[in-house]
Amino acid sequence: MTDLRYSRNIPSISEPEQQKLQESRILIVGCGGLGGNILSQLLRIGIGAITVIDGDCFEPTNLNRQLLCTQNTIGLPKVQAAKDYARQINPDISVTGLYTRLNAENCDELVTGYDLALDALDNIDSRRILAKACEKASLPLVYGAICGWTAQICVLMPDTAVSAIQCLYPPGSVLTEPSCLSFTPAVCASIQAAEAVKLLLGKPSELMGQLFTIDLLYGDQALIPICPVSRHSAQ
Amino acid sequence: MIEVRLFATLRKGRGKIFYLEADVCQNGSQVLEHFSIPHEEVAIFLINGFHSSPDSEIHDGDVLAIFPPVGGG
Repeated sequence: MTDLRYSRNIPSISEPEQQKLQESRILIVGCGGLGGNILSQLLRIGIGAITVIDGDCFEPTNLNRQLLCTQNTIGLPKVQAAKDYARQINPDISVTGLYTRLNAENCDELVTGYDLALDALDNIDSRRILAKACEKASLPLVYGAICGWTAQICVLMPDTAVSAIQCLYPPGSVLTEPSCLSFTPAVCASIQAAEAVKLLLGKPSELMGQLFTIDLLYGDQALIPICPVSRHSAQ
Repeated sequence: MIEVRLFATLRKGRGKIFYLEADVCQNGSQVLEHFSIPHEEVAIFLINGFHSSPDSEIHDGDVLAIFPPVGGG
């Protein structure tokens, strides 16, 4: 019998699938706009164990879009706020907060022991490091990124993670737009969370190897292949 | 006629879809120049749905889709 907490998950997912989620272990790298929203979704659906990595503290500029940033959490490590939030939403779930930044030295150790990872980072260098570590650890990676009114999401299997990130961020790439609106990370994180659940349950996804982009200002979306395919070799 | 579709932040101050006469631009770089888009602000450059270099030649009837790097979290 499913816990009342999860009763409205059924039958969108079956009871055995609910049990599978409760036995799953997930890594969220980054606890800002994306990471906080992803955490909230995964706590509510009932993922069994969640680890969140972030080396920053909340500051006033986070208030416009980061779910876990409130007047009361300014100055707190983001992972501490994540643990406090988790206790309020779902104390049955084991949530670990690691107050550190992913880097080339610690990445292999940090990505070990999970069923999948979610990329909720905010810079290109760390995304490259994470993709490389996930590829080495054979860990599926659910990528998400935001900017202004736009979001993009992709499911990267271990054998394609590095080349996909290379495709998304060619050498010399520059991020020019520092702004992000409140609803953009919520949309992106929700899709990432859904893709993570689908991966855990073995459900097919159109986002596997394809980049899903959403523009909330123009109200349109696109789905494009992410791994480079030469127009000549494809002909 | 060449169709050019811009995405994400590349739309800012420019717009979404444009149609250029085929003789205006012979390659992708000239298209970027036409829209004042620096090369480092281009992550994905598709010609008719295929990943391509901005240096690639373009032809009448081609559809271009240009995406910037998006990296915030």
